[in-house]
Amino acid sequence: MRLKFERRAEPSRLMLYASPVGAVLLTMLVGALVFSLIGYNGFGAVYQVFIAPLVTSYKWGDIAVKASPLILIGVGLAVGNRAAIWNIGAEGQYVVGGLAGVGIGLMTQKMTGAWILPSMLLAGIVGGAVWGAIPAALKNWFNVNETLSSLMMTYVAIHLMNHMVTGPWKDPTGFSYPQTPLVTPSQTLPILVPGTYVHLGVVITLVIALILWFLMSRSLFGFQVRVVGSAPSAARHGGFSQKATVWMVFLLSGGLAGLAGIFEVTGPFGQMSLGFPQNYGFTAIIVAFLGRLNPLGVIIAGIVLAVTYVGGDLAQSVLQLPNASKGIFQAMMLFFLLASDILIRYRVRLVSSAPAPAMAAPARSPAE
Amino acid sequence: MSADFLISVIITIVGASTPILLAGLGELVTEKSGVLNLGVEGMMLVGAIAGFAAVDATGSPWLAVLVAAAAGAAVSMIFAVLTLSLRANQVATGLALTIFGTGLSTLAGHSYTGRPIKPFTTIFPDVLAAHPFGRVLFGYSPLVYFSFIMVALVAWFLNRTRPGLILRAVGENDHSAHSIGYSVIGVRYGAVAFGGAMAGIGGAAFPLVLTPLWAEGLTGGRGWIAIALVVFSGWRPTRLLAGAYFFGLLGTLELYAKASGTIFTAVLPSEGWAALPYLATVVVLAIISASKAGGGNAPACLGRPFTPTA
Amino acid sequence: MIKLNRRSFVAGAAAAASLPMLASRASAADPLKVGYIYVGPINDGGWNTAHEAGRQAMLKKFGDKVQSQYVENVPEGPDAERVLRDLYNQGNRLLYATSFGFMDSAVKVAQAFPDVKVEMCTGFKPSSNNNLSNYNIRFHQARSIFGTMAAMLSKTGVGAYLATYPVPEVVSGINSFTIAARKVNPNFKTKVIWINTWYDPAKEADAARALIDQGADVMTQHTDSPAAVQVCESKGVPTFGQGSDQSAFGPTMCKSSSLDLWGAFYTTRTQAVLDGTWKPEDTYWGMKEGALDIAEIKNVPDDVKAAALKIKQGWIDGTWDVYSGPIKAQDGTVKAAEGAALNDGDILGMNWLVEGVDGTLPS
Repeated sequence: MRLKFERRAEPSRLMLYASPVGAVLLTMLVGALVFSLIGYNGFGAVYQVFIAPLVTSYKWGDIAVKASPLILIGVGLAVGNRAAIWNIGAEGQYVVGGLAGVGIGLMTQKMTGAWILPSMLLAGIVGGAVWGAIPAALKNWFNVNETLSSLMMTYVAIHLMNHMVTGPWKDPTGFSYPQTPLVTPSQTLPILVPGTYVHLGVVITLVIALILWFLMSRSLFGFQVRVVGSAPSAARHGGFSQKATVWMVFLLSGGLAGLAGIFEVTGPFGQMSLGFPQNYGFTAIIVAFLGRLNPLGVIIAGIVLAVTYVGGDLAQSVLQLPNASKGIFQAMMLFFLLASDILIRYRVRLVSSAPAPAMAAPARSPAE
Repeated sequence: MSADFLISVIITIVGASTPILLAGLGELVTEKSGVLNLGVEGMMLVGAIAGFAAVDATGSPWLAVLVAAAAGAAVSMIFAVLTLSLRANQVATGLALTIFGTGLSTLAGHSYTGRPIKPFTTIFPDVLAAHPFGRVLFGYSPLVYFSFIMVALVAWFLNRTRPGLILRAVGENDHSAHSIGYSVIGVRYGAVAFGGAMAGIGGAAFPLVLTPLWAEGLTGGRGWIAIALVVFSGWRPTRLLAGAYFFGLLGTLELYAKASGTIFTAVLPSEGWAALPYLATVVVLAIISASKAGGGNAPACLGRPFTPTA
Repeated sequence: MIKLNRRSFVAGAAAAASLPMLASRASAADPLKVGYIYVGPINDGGWNTAHEAGRQAMLKKFGDKVQSQYVENVPEGPDAERVLRDLYNQGNRLLYATSFGFMDSAVKVAQAFPDVKVEMCTGFKPSSNNNLSNYNIRFHQARSIFGTMAAMLSKTGVGAYLATYPVPEVVSGINSFTIAARKVNPNFKTKVIWINTWYDPAKEADAARALIDQGADVMTQHTDSPAAVQVCESKGVPTFGQGSDQSAFGPTMCKSSSLDLWGAFYTTRTQAVLDGTWKPEDTYWGMKEGALDIAEIKNVPDDVKAAALKIKQGWIDGTWDVYSGPIKAQDGTVKAAEGAALNDGDILGMNWLVEGVDGTLPS
């Protein structure tokens, strides 16, 4: 007996939506069992990590703030991945976006005015887009694999940031601690819900995600991206330029990552320090996949990941579950999701080792 | 500068280069078969904690190397099953593997913090390493000699043997390799397992040689340097050796320059030195990609899942 | 660790479900809830282990009058504010934020919740709600003991100091070490290396090797892992641990370690909250108050041990101050004249190196 994969005539819609849910549920179940086996309160841990943040109303603001950068970066990456362009350097674009915004912030420390914050945000977008343009240019001009170059540029960005915050941009009144001055009130995103730290960036993130969803599903741009990704030769015949798509994808995903970076600076972080790179750029890759490369799905996936971050801290303070468990839960969730991906395009059958007889035509999937 | 001083510097460079060389060799073979596994850092950490635990339990660093290799290979199988059998995306799976390996090693290492272990000693009689020049040749841990042997073995395997040829064929053109009758998936399973084992040994070099202790995130991001190194080498084992020593030299020289109080860091700030390996990798990548159509020596199928056509 | 059983699961779930109500239910009869956040793992064998030991000592003292929670491995960024708010929302009304990078988050939380009391370790900013104190330990006191021992143990007169970032705590440690050493050997030099990371054991070890190869024959370190101590052990170079007893990593060469003892401070301040007498006041304790000590001195000649203990006693009874004048900076400017001494503000904001330090502050 062995497993046999049979290609479905069309991707299964049911599996497309059911598999992320299944992956989360399976993670909860397996996680509870594994953590129980190694001597922790496994079921309690799962409750704290996945459920408690959702049923505790004062945690909703935390989830929104934590999910915001993941969603913003994730939707940009989802577009790129649709075009089969692999930007894994969003972390670097996030950092450089933050840096560019901080640069404006330092110049305007002593000024006030409504123009300051928008110019910082704009600088963040430009900074991220410029950093994203590097792998795009290398790919278009020298045929450089963008996965590798964007990854390398991330580390260059982080070292650049380390240099700026320990050197030229260090807060002169900060006792030499490696961090920039705090942002001034004119440089701070307004708080939307009093008593929390849910900032304007959260709403902007949602609006951008919705716009991208509309663009991807309803516009020529979305069509071009999908054709370039799924049928490159058809794209060439149809007059869609691969190179132009590379530029667009990197400028878009880089710009959004940069915006996420400056949102963090002008929002919850309030400054830039060595702890600024939070791996949001890498986690967002997971979010993009968990969200099925669909901007609406990315919103949900971003929230799920944010819940595990917030819940991971809860599990620590309530149950003394080690901090490392959070990463194990997140990785497990992704493993299950990736494993179940195949069910979208294939059906799995247990067959005897002898060659199976030809199957009847596969059943139609519910929609499309 | 005395000979003694130079020899000390060389020994430090060799120490810093060996883990990335070992992990890089494994990743090179994995990538040559067409698979991009970004989980190197996670596999190194799992190897590091497994190696530490093995020494702690048995006192034998030799056994620890085997255990670390087995542990690295074991976690790499998660990646293999997902990406090869279930055709999942390699980038996402590799990142998840790093998150998993980091979490797993931290959890497993919780009770090992604050305890030293006995590190690897040299294998040659002390008399050989007594003279300074003898020390340059005979003064290292066995892992250093192992890394050199592995460079030669991998180079020979890839370039001179039939299985090596098949592995490269699978990485260059999976569909034709499949149509000739080779098992693309089988070859890639083997390559991923080898990559995992070597990453495990590379990770174990930290507790076994460099810092005989366990601490969270002990490998300090060197798994990512190893990935850069493979690209920097243009997927050639001998250049990987040179590259590993070049990267090791960059990191070590900076420290020596700082300790001697020279103006070394005035030329380039210390973060600049730290970023140099990555920048150099991007430049090398651009050169090899531009000079030969199809990305130089880069495996053509790198990162693409293989779906056999009926 | 908590073993799985149905009861504990239900208890855990119930505790979480009732969280939002805890805040409003808290009354005088309930135990005081005290929250801690740590920047690293509680078993790092250094900074965080010391704080956790302090928390345990405090808990032991108060029994069921106090309940406590902690969160470890909190990155110094926006997560800190979230975790602090969360601890507040779970009913903690006294919060200890145990790393400098939590400062701005701690100030924000103190200003958001007037009924919380925040103790901020190594911070310097106040809260407009008058509910935040800063606390610190005079780490430089132990460094002066090690400087004295180092100069007596060194043959070359060159010591090494493995440093992270040029923050006042590190700078004052280097200066204290060097001044004390030069009282023994006026020609003593301290080589400093800035490794620009708080934590990377392999880099710490390589930096230690580099310093030893450059001629230093005694070393101390201000890094978080014992990696440098292990290098010193293998190279036969006397060294000193920091934060907790690191002699396990250098059985013959680790001559002593500085010990951060937060327990007395945590007990005192928690007691003040219980008594209703807590008010914001900055605390800067040292050996005299039992906040700092050194581990047993091992494997040194008797005169070295005696000299070390004499300095320790001097700190305790107030007859010794490493920062009493004359003190000259590297460039020759007089920082404290004969008969004067540096004050706490000078030490807490130190951004210059004394004569005898071989190396510069990174700009």
